[in-house]
Amino acid sequence: MHDKSALQAAHLLQLRGLTITYRSRNGSVTAADQVTLEVREGESVALVGESGSGKSTVARAALGLLPPRIARIDAGSLLIAGRDMAAATEREWEQMRGYPAAMVFQDPLSYLNPVMRVGKQIAESVRRHDPGSRAVEARVAELLDLVRLRESVIRSYPHELSGGMRQRALLAIALGCRPRLLIADEPTTALDVTTQAEILALLRDLRQRLGMAMLLISHDLGVVWEESERVYVMFRSRIVEQGSTREVFSQPSHPYTAGLIQAAKAARNSDGRFATIEGEFSTAVD
Amino acid sequence: MPVATRQPLLVLENVSKDFKLPGGAMLQAVRAVSLTVHAGEIVALVGESGSGKSTLGRIALGLLAADSGTVVFDGHDLTSLSPARFRGLRTGMQPIFQDPTASLNPRRTVRQLLMQALWKQPLEGETRCIGLLNDVGLRPAVQYLDRYPHELSGGQRQRVSIARSLGMEPKLIIADEPLSGADVSIRGQVLNLLLDIQRSRHVAYLMITHDISIARAFADRVAVMMKGELVEVGPADAVLRTPAHEYTRRLVAAVPALGSPRGA
Repeated sequence: MHDKSALQAAHLLQLRGLTITYRSRNGSVTAADQVTLEVREGESVALVGESGSGKSTVARAALGLLPPRIARIDAGSLLIAGRDMAAATEREWEQMRGYPAAMVFQDPLSYLNPVMRVGKQIAESVRRHDPGSRAVEARVAELLDLVRLRESVIRSYPHELSGGMRQRALLAIALGCRPRLLIADEPTTALDVTTQAEILALLRDLRQRLGMAMLLISHDLGVVWEESERVYVMFRSRIVEQGSTREVFSQPSHPYTAGLIQAAKAARNSDGRFATIEGEFSTAVD
Repeated sequence: MPVATRQPLLVLENVSKDFKLPGGAMLQAVRAVSLTVHAGEIVALVGESGSGKSTLGRIALGLLAADSGTVVFDGHDLTSLSPARFRGLRTGMQPIFQDPTASLNPRRTVRQLLMQALWKQPLEGETRCIGLLNDVGLRPAVQYLDRYPHELSGGQRQRVSIARSLGMEPKLIIADEPLSGADVSIRGQVLNLLLDIQRSRHVAYLMITHDISIARAFADRVAVMMKGELVEVGPADAVLRTPAHEYTRRLVAAVPALGSPRGA
């Protein structure tokens, strides 16, 4: 049984100066450098950046999913619903996963059990959140309805579902724990645009109906613009800019953000060229 | 951009291709598609996964045989050519794929990879290699010659695979999702490179992409595929700004865009 009193805090997620390094035989890499970020009840917040910026590291750290031994939190604090988890053990993390915070990923197939029927996987999540529940079946049906999957999906295996349906199934499992915060790491990146639009609309609807907060990790500025109230821009392991999405996108204060927005428009300049990010703020190695 | 010469370069006519699915059912991957790419023209072929756009690209390249219909390239009907004649003509049409890591042999250096493309003129090979690397913006070129693909970044690998295609002096490059793994900051650089190549060598492109905004900005004309059928084709801006077909409308509307009203 999860500790419901945790919900007294208005901040579901609070990172303060969080610094994470990955160690390997060839040395260490700072993947998150003094990252400060917060998500309050009911908010929709985006963390945007290009590949290698450290955004997924931050998302994983927020649920204690960093690879053990390789990744280490070197400094800073990580509070979930007011509780400091920076030095939490795996057992302590298990109590926090699913509720108050749950996560969905870019590639649902890697997170669904390939040899277990979808209904059973959702039921497991329901029992985990509420072990005493006798109405598991009804709750599974309710969750499927919530993510708009047919009830027959209960008997399906993940490989029998389309990409969009798998993401809905993963979402149903996450919602089984009644999370107050959903961390969504590139949830629509692998999907076609029309399917992406359906999943984004579903997430919007769920946030409204359940009052759930969302931390959306994305490289897609169009998605971030449409789905978030506040945004953090990450570049080379640091948060370089933050604020209301509308303000940051209309008046970016950091040159990297400005470059990113220009490049994301995929429009040609007056000279017929596409915008690029060159020099100091380029993520391109070449 | 207006098409300089309206000479048809690649003409696909009534091309169809079925695949047999496990269980015996037939999938009509491409259904009676006709599409023309003119010399020096940029055509974007857009659609979602399963629309048949990649299958059509593979048929055009001769990597897959059509069940019916004709593929005419540079005045020659490829469907009726002998394999030897076909190989000779094929060099005029080169592919660029989404994942350069998969299309570059990991055990060959950049020099060896480029020399393979220059088999027709091996003598001045080294100079040509350097020229090609310069053309795709890998400078100073000598620094790249002895590197293996794994010693390059994703963007650099894509440039090497473009250089390799250029080594064959193609008139048409068929690029299948060349940017879908790339970050936005790299995307602009690759698109600019493709534009430079088009101008300096008068190459035509058939760009297969799921990205509507790139299709709009990059291509002269856009062809939209859905479930194996070509549902709409026309000037890029017109098709994507005022789509005639319901599916194109849905596709365009689904793209989350900066500054759209739904946003913050």
